[in-house]
Amino acid sequence: MSEKLYLYPIWLRVWHAINALVILILIATGISLQYSDANFELLKFDISVTFHNIAGYIMAINYLFFVIANFKTGNVRFYRIKLKGLIKKLIKQANYYAFGMFKGEKTPYPITKDRKFNPLQKVTYVFFMFVIVPFLIVSGLALLFPEFIIPRVAGFSGIQLTAMLHAATGFLISLFLVIHIYISTTGKPISANFKSIVNGYHE
Amino acid sequence: MFNKSFLSITLLITLCCVFNVMVASETAEKVPAKFEENKHCFQCHSQQFYTFDNPVSEKKERKAMNPNFVYNPQEFYKGVHRNFACTDCHAPEYESFPHNAELRLEPKYACIDCHGGDPEYEKYHFEAVEEDFNKSVHATRHSEDFTCWMCHDPHSYRPMTHGDHTITEIVTYHNNTCKRCHNNSYNFQLISDSLKPALESIHEFLPNFELHFASVRCIECHTSELDTLWVHHNILPKEEARRNCVECHSSNTVLLGSLYKYQNLEVRKSRGFVNSAILNEAYLIGANRNEYVNLLSFIIFGLTLAGIAFHIILRILKK
Ligand code: HEC
Ligand code: HEC
Ligand code: HEC
Ligand code: HEC
Ligand code: HEC
Ligand code: HEC
Ligand code: HEC
Repeated sequence: MSEKLYLYPIWLRVWHAINALVILILIATGISLQYSDANFELLKFDISVTFHNIAGYIMAINYLFFVIANFKTGNVRFYRIKLKGLIKKLIKQANYYAFGMFKGEKTPYPITKDRKFNPLQKVTYVFFMFVIVPFLIVSGLALLFPEFIIPRVAGFSGIQLTAMLHAATGFLISLFLVIHIYISTTGKPISANFKSIVNGYHE
Repeated sequence: MFNKSFLSITLLITLCCVFNVMVASETAEKVPAKFEENKHCFQCHSQQFYTFDNPVSEKKERKAMNPNFVYNPQEFYKGVHRNFACTDCHAPEYESFPHNAELRLEPKYACIDCHGGDPEYEKYHFEAVEEDFNKSVHATRHSEDFTCWMCHDPHSYRPMTHGDHTITEIVTYHNNTCKRCHNNSYNFQLISDSLKPALESIHEFLPNFELHFASVRCIECHTSELDTLWVHHNILPKEEARRNCVECHSSNTVLLGSLYKYQNLEVRKSRGFVNSAILNEAYLIGANRNEYVNLLSFIIFGLTLAGIAFHIILRILKK
């Protein structure tokens, strides 16, 4: 096949691994907190709280590292979206996932030195990494320091509102996770993308 | 155009005036029965300093008042016994100063002396409360010294749970009652020689203990939920205190039977929120869920999984 491309530098892989682990912990403990029940405890409540908090801090620091490293190394260029013709490109990629790949078509935006993500990936990643995740982190930190939260918003408890939004974004991220992992299996062979994120090379 | 807004503004102002008069007359009605009589006592007992005519030296003398004998008249007149004269509970001889030294030996009334067996106060269940209190650690460890007045400040007690108060106000008031001793060594040692452990170190197991103490009462953890009294008085030994988080942090939270029972039952099930009575005041992880949001998230998650499953099947078939 084509030559090996070194796409995922070591810092990115380390960030990704930590993030993956932490997110799994956050989702598991988060669900256990949200649905805690006296008769049926998935995880012990106080343990969940502790792990959720610690994992949250790690995720926040890790995210900060991600942003700084992206700008320092220029990796951020992979996230630049050209608005011109964007919709068309998105449809093209979606078409590939929905029909093209079953007809044995080639992926319309193959990975190159300058294009790590296809347009659909790009938009999703930008949305999640630069909107959803920061929001999740900020709302999470707010819940850790509730004295900074406005006590009442339109008749609701401010903490309540923050917590609802926090849970909702957490939910979006768990959706992202499922789809993200599934899409990763569309490499050839199925394990290809998983290998790349471990050894850094795209084959 | 101009006329209309002018008219509505005048109307508004008139309304405000009428309302003001109504409010004023309502408060005027509420002047406490013994307001004038008590002025004499408050002259000294609401001030840091008091003056009196010394008949021996024939001088006007100015002295410092014992800070424990100083009461805020505003608080007194908000209390349940606002219509009382000081001398209804204290000997009438207190009218003269210097007070007769023997007066301090006078026995004090207990709540039961006045409220016991009176059908008018049946809804407060004084007898049952006393029975409950007598079982509590406070009563069993200190017997006679620990009276009802220790918590029910004779000069300001208000029944919060029968009034129109928010949960937050109730929590603050009730917890301040306990903190008066448990967060204040001076008051604590009026009763006990033992050292008072700091509240924050005892309750280290609670994350964000400040927030918990602002939104939940001490008695939620220090009395039994099987207690049926309106305000639980049987403080249990610390070994029996609640420390299991899920008893509060779950949809069938014990708080509904204790703290949140003071709220209108109807609000609990509104807006699709489980335990929405809590919602208005706090966010209780695990106890506040929206059924619709829950359902929606299950559906979205299900659809995503179904989509993936469908995709997998196609991939296998088309291989
Ligand atoms: C001129 C100031 C003054 C006035 C007026 C006054 N008191 Fe006092 N009262 C004191 C002072 C000072 C003490 C501190 C103890 C003492 O000197 O007897 C005291 C103590 C007391 C005590 C506690 C006694 C003890 O040691 O246990 C009571 C109860 C009391 N006063 C009730 C009253 C009542 C009721 C009135 C009104 C009818 C009143 N006092 C009017 C100055 C005053
Ligand atoms: C409902 C009854 C009641 C009324 C009304 C009342 N007191 Fe008292 N007062 C008590 C009781 C009971 C105590 C003892 C409290 C205790 O032992 O902790 C007390 C204690 C005091 C003390 C301190 C004595 C001590 O040993 O701590 C003073 C001073 C005092 N009262 C003044 C007043 C004044 C002034 C008024 C009127 C504004 C007043 N009281 C109205 C019941 C009352
Ligand atoms: C000296 C007699 C006396 C003592 C002692 C006394 N009370 Fe009262 N209490 C009354 C009277 C009389 C009223 C009615 C006052 C009114 O209607 O203005 C009252 C009113 C109340 C009310 C409000 C009832 C209502 O429906 O408005 C409560 C609650 C209350 N007392 C609790 C207590 C508690 C708790 C104690 C003991 C810590 C206590 N009282 C001690 C005589 C007393
Ligand atoms: C350890 C503190 C403490 C002691 C001691 C105590 N109480 Fe209370 N009591 C409270 C608190 C706090 C409340 C809640 C105040 C409120 O909102 O009405 C309360 C409420 C009450 C009420 C009102 C219940 C209702 O239905 O609203 C009564 C009646 C009462 N107490 C009677 C007594 C009697 C009688 C004693 C003594 C035998 C006593 N209390 C001793 C703390 C105490
Ligand atoms: C979430 C439940 C909870 C709440 C709310 C709570 N406590 Fe506790 N408290 C406990 C537990 C559990 C212990 C036993 C701690 C231990 O033995 O290590 C305890 C212990 C104590 C002790 C015994 C200290 C000692 O070692 O002698 C005191 C006093 C006490 N609490 C007072 C309070 C007061 C006052 C408040 C309200 C301001 C309060 N608690 C609120 C759960 C609670
Ligand atoms: C007048 C002071 C005072 C007030 C008010 C008071 N306490 Fe206490 N409390 C004490 C003292 C003193 C002790 C220590 C008892 C002893 O000797 O072990 C104590 C002990 C306790 C204990 C520990 C029992 C143990 O096993 O060691 C708890 C729990 C407690 N109080 C809870 C409360 C709560 C809840 C309230 C409010 C409803 C309250 N207290 C109000 C004085 C007070
Ligand atoms: C007596 C009931 C009760 C118990 C027991 C209890 N909690 Fe809470 N907890 C609450 C309430 C009520 C709130 C909501 C505070 C608010 O939003 O005002 C809360 C809030 C919280 C929060 C949110 C704080 C934030 O930053 O937003 C955490 C975390 C928490 N509890 C953890 C725990 C853990 C862990 C335990 C067990 C060790 C526990 N709770 C035991 C009643 C309880």
